[in-house]
Amino acid sequence: MIAIECTQLTKDYPVGFWRQRPRRALDQLSLQVEAGEIFGFLGHNGAGKTTTLKLLLRLVYPTAGTARILGKPIGDPRLARQIGYLPEAPYFYDYLTCRELLAYYAELAGVAPATREADVRVALRRLGMESFADLSLRKCSKGMLQRVGLAQAIVHRPAVVFLDEPMSGLDPIGRREVRDLMLELKAQGTTIFFSTHILSDAEQICDRVAILQQGCLRGMGRLEELLAEPRPEVEVVWMPASNRPLPEAWASAAQLLSQNGQRRSVVASCELWNWLDALRAHGGRLISLTPLRRSLEEVYFQDAPPKDASGGAA
Amino acid sequence: MNPIGAVARNTFREAIRDRILFSLVFFAAAMIGAAILFTQMSFAIDAEALINFSLTALTLFGIIIAVFLGNQLVAKEIERRTLYTLLAHPVRRWQFVLGKYAGLLLTLLVNCGLMALAFVLALSYVLHGTHPGEGNLAAALLFIFLQLALVTALALLFSCFSSPVLAAVFSLALFLVGNFADDLRAMGRTTQHVPAKLLALGCSYLLPNFSDLNVVTAASHFQPIRLSLVFLNTGYVVVYAGALLLAACAILEGRDLK
Ligand SMILES: Nc1ncnc2c1ncn2[C@@H]1O[C@H](COP(=O)(O)OP(=O)(O)OP(=O)(O)O)[C@@H](O)[C@H]1O
Ligand SMILES: [Mg+2]
Repeated sequence: MIAIECTQLTKDYPVGFWRQRPRRALDQLSLQVEAGEIFGFLGHNGAGKTTTLKLLLRLVYPTAGTARILGKPIGDPRLARQIGYLPEAPYFYDYLTCRELLAYYAELAGVAPATREADVRVALRRLGMESFADLSLRKCSKGMLQRVGLAQAIVHRPAVVFLDEPMSGLDPIGRREVRDLMLELKAQGTTIFFSTHILSDAEQICDRVAILQQGCLRGMGRLEELLAEPRPEVEVVWMPASNRPLPEAWASAAQLLSQNGQRRSVVASCELWNWLDALRAHGGRLISLTPLRRSLEEVYFQDAPPKDASGGAA
Repeated sequence: MNPIGAVARNTFREAIRDRILFSLVFFAAAMIGAAILFTQMSFAIDAEALINFSLTALTLFGIIIAVFLGNQLVAKEIERRTLYTLLAHPVRRWQFVLGKYAGLLLTLLVNCGLMALAFVLALSYVLHGTHPGEGNLAAALLFIFLQLALVTALALLFSCFSSPVLAAVFSLALFLVGNFADDLRAMGRTTQHVPAKLLALGCSYLLPNFSDLNVVTAASHFQPIRLSLVFLNTGYVVVYAGALLLAACAILEGRDLK
């Protein structure tokens, strides 16, 4: 089943004070997210990630295009109960405590009074917030607020969760906890759509990702597909024979790894056998062979060169 | 589950926890206390002056509280984007507006109720329990509350499309101008210059008419306040504030939240 579906979603923001010109923040975004998936939405600063999420939450209205969540058009009021949303840099009512805020949102989301308190407690525990549950939100640190934001997004057990940079402002332990939380939610069948520019986070948990660049979709797919190498390469770690001089071409191509003389070379897969034969002929020792996978970072930078780099090339 | 009620309750809860609000209420009570002290010291117990002074103080503080609250709780909610998470829940934008308004009115009722209570106690202490025109006072207090309800609706409307500071400035400015609505109308009636006449009359009918709601002078002079005026004023505020709220809902519903 398709949980989230955007069709040609486009957003222009008017900019300028007197003469307002449209500025395209999102350009004809079409994508589909399967139910139960963790979908990573990647892009540089200003790529349009937050804009997309705000469009899906009806906080801003699209210039063109439509979107459906759980099969219903996004304006459908029945949808709100099944959705959780963590905005970017969330901010909450100063004078409530974390617990009160969660209870308020749970009430709005239609959680029955009988189970509300228990649900709030569960959410507090899941986000590791017990120690500051009764602290007023004015006194919360940035990371605490981020946890509050995550807790309010899941307290009513929504079917689809939208998270705008869920890891931002969290310490390493917090990041891992949030990753675990997302996997836990996924195991319960929740669809998670989250934006980030931290690739390692996406790499670890996403089923699929979309890469956005300046409002345009640049790539989308399963991580294995995106990471699949068009020209596969293998990393070889080896040790030259001690009694024979090293061929010049090899010495320059290989990287010296350690004092004891281990070297690392990257060899195209189709060349591998020839290369190994040559190593044997030379009398070197093979230490390890590792097929290279592209990291998401490489894909990302290849698909979306940073602005200054593209500016320099132009 | 009624979202309007939930928003109203939360607004009230948030408002009564704000210390600035308490300091305003305290300040108003202190001023009324000081007024009593003055009348005591001058040995001539001047009920007229006390009523005049207290009702004016009550109005001004009420207006400040109303604008401050409307500003703090609505414009800030939009500007600081606490509204984002709220609207992700099953709360429509118009429900947010109405819930906020109800919560603000409740807060004002409690705050100004406390101030009014202080005032009535002070008055009965000064007059030793007997004084004419209790009905007048009740009407004057009701009219003050109507003014607050109107100002709150104005603040809410402006909060829906301008920054918090501008919203406060606009609503205060309209309150001040609206206090001259009667003068403007009188001017429009007497002037011979046709465009000026039309402009003055048009403005006097369009502007929120706060001068008709101001009966402090009549109340302090124990002049009777007609019952028809009570009904007319109440109806006027209900209709005017209703229109403002409708506009607020429409504006908020239609705009992008940035
Ligand atoms: N309210 C607004 N008015 C005008 N332009 C806007 C507005 N909000 C966003 N934009 C523009 O839209 C584009 C996309 O912004 P968006 O906030 O969606 O980026 P993002 O991908 O979330 O970036 P980040 O990683 O920094 O959060 C940017 O060029 C931004 O300047
Ligand atoms: Mg963003």
